[in-house]
Amino acid sequence: MEPSLGSYLALSGILFTIGAVGVIYKRNAIGMFMCIELMLNAVNLTFVAFSRYYGDTTGQLFVFMVMSVAAAEAAVGLGIIIAFFRNSMSVDVDDASILKN
Amino acid sequence: MEQVLKTAFPFIVISVGILLAFQGVLMIVAYTVLAERKVLGWMQGRVGPNRVGPWGILQPFADLLKFIFKEDLTPDKSTKFVYFLAPMVALTCALMPIVMYPFGPRIADPLSWLVPYVADIQYLGDAVAWIAEQAKNMPLTIARIDVGVLFVLGITSVGVYGIALAGWSSNSKYSLMGGLRSSAQMISYELAMGTSVIGAVLLAGTLDLNGIILAQTQSPFKWFIIPQFIGFVVFLISAFAETNRVPFDLPEAETELVAGFHTEYSALKFALFFMAEYVNMFTVSMMCTVLFLGGWYVPGLSYLVDPGSIPYALISHVAFIGKICAFLFLYIWVRATLPRFRFDQLMNFGWKFLLPVAIANVILTIVAVFFLNR
Amino acid sequence: MIGTALFFLFAGLAIACAISMVYHRNPLYSAISLVGVFIALSCLYVTLAAPFIAAVQILIYAGAIMVLVVFVIMLLNLEEDRPHSRLNYLYALGGGLGVLLLAQTFFIFYAVMRSPNQPADQTLSPGKTLSIGQAMYTEYLLPVEIVGVLLLMAVIGSVILARKLTAPQIELVVEKELEIRKEEDAKDGLGIAL
Repeated sequence: MEPSLGSYLALSGILFTIGAVGVIYKRNAIGMFMCIELMLNAVNLTFVAFSRYYGDTTGQLFVFMVMSVAAAEAAVGLGIIIAFFRNSMSVDVDDASILKN
Repeated sequence: MEQVLKTAFPFIVISVGILLAFQGVLMIVAYTVLAERKVLGWMQGRVGPNRVGPWGILQPFADLLKFIFKEDLTPDKSTKFVYFLAPMVALTCALMPIVMYPFGPRIADPLSWLVPYVADIQYLGDAVAWIAEQAKNMPLTIARIDVGVLFVLGITSVGVYGIALAGWSSNSKYSLMGGLRSSAQMISYELAMGTSVIGAVLLAGTLDLNGIILAQTQSPFKWFIIPQFIGFVVFLISAFAETNRVPFDLPEAETELVAGFHTEYSALKFALFFMAEYVNMFTVSMMCTVLFLGGWYVPGLSYLVDPGSIPYALISHVAFIGKICAFLFLYIWVRATLPRFRFDQLMNFGWKFLLPVAIANVILTIVAVFFLNR
Repeated sequence: MIGTALFFLFAGLAIACAISMVYHRNPLYSAISLVGVFIALSCLYVTLAAPFIAAVQILIYAGAIMVLVVFVIMLLNLEEDRPHSRLNYLYALGGGLGVLLLAQTFFIFYAVMRSPNQPADQTLSPGKTLSIGQAMYTEYLLPVEIVGVLLLMAVIGSVILARKLTAPQIELVVEKELEIRKEEDAKDGLGIAL
């Protein structure tokens, strides 16, 4: 017996929730970045599950696109984090406030 | 009871297969270490280890005993969980790709000769007959996945964590430098390695490791080393970098970093790293053999022995291991010959020479395949 | 039976690793936990008959993106997070969002369980590498090209972002900028000194 589509969607929802809550709670830029990656992965899981249960390749193709975008995001995001660290010696998002006042 | 055993049979077979494969590889690895010391000795006009057993052939076991009985030190300020995790990750990721490889051709009927001998015994006879029936057309692969190349590359790239985490968790500046160098080096050379594989995959038209071998089994002129010579050279160079061997052994450059990422490791935990390095050498050589040297294929053997018979499989298997051992010898030879790169030279070489050459090779292959297939 | 057991094993692993990722304040522990999530998800993709996606998941997420993240964490030698000093309403906001999303998840689970839609034939395997490749280069060629351009942009952008300008270089850039402005002003005939 195979687990049903609903259980995969539930797992994906739980992972997405954890990621979303993490983005709000984390104050470390790298931590937030990782939580966003987790949310993207939760969405990927729904794509693959739907692709399996409707016998359609499109879902897996979209997973591929999401992964490419995540790779691009990682390159740029980590570049920004390093540049930010050079200026303020911290990766804390609360310290990114030089445009205030 | 019988039904349960029949259901569990594939799992038992896979477990036994994994056990045999890992045991065999670890034995070869142990003797690679001895061969390295011997060959290095000969190349430098020395004798090499010759005290334990005749010609020193029991040296690996003596080394193992030494590793087990050494005092196991843990740095006080280390991050304990990660410190213990790192060597396990390193060895696991080194061993895992082995399950994907075809060690030989399919055997048409490996066990039928056994059936007449045990037919009279009450339960065993039936069991052996059933197993012989199941074993027909048996592949010498443990896990048959049709994206084998991608899986092997993926697991190899996960192996970086072992080194990076070891460097970070030891809480020592030499280890951290070694870990940083290693991750930078492996990220850089993984790109060239992955790109050089694409050429062979394009020619074979499949990502399945067995399929790639089958595409090369007409004559030795079909081995991908001939049309893909640039890819082969790029793969070989990046394989040296991926396994942290001389001339790319910067992560453990002993003249600069004491011992790099494993400075703080001792006893069995060090042995795990040591084994992981040599198992990595073995798996990378195996990949090189499968992609460019026709894997288990022996030219002309199918005229002498019936393909699918047991001797055919045995000879092919021995040839496969022999090709891998030739690569292992190359590693030792290079170690005795070449000096170490400087770090900026390493990075420049990887990004500004190796990667463009690999990409040019891919484009060339695409154009060639397009025009040849018209 | 075995499928269900594997699902619960890997699902439990994924959720435990995800919680551990949010819980740990040390960024490296978070990163290791996230790698655990990725590997568990990759195993789930294998059980969903998508070996290509599983391999790519390990190759790209665990092997490339997270190695970069770990590399950056080690390079910057990040310490543990300081305790939260931001406005406290964020806690309430996060909790509220979490409850909302969980409720939605359970609703979806309930709705899918009750829905009369029958899944397609289970023997179909859409995860074949061949079919993915064919779809990619025929039907979805434009998205693939756009992703390629996006990756090129990311490469250029990250090189520009991460290059280190030393003090003399920055002065050089400023001087050049000033010269260009002076020339432009001279051309316009305004001659306003900067």
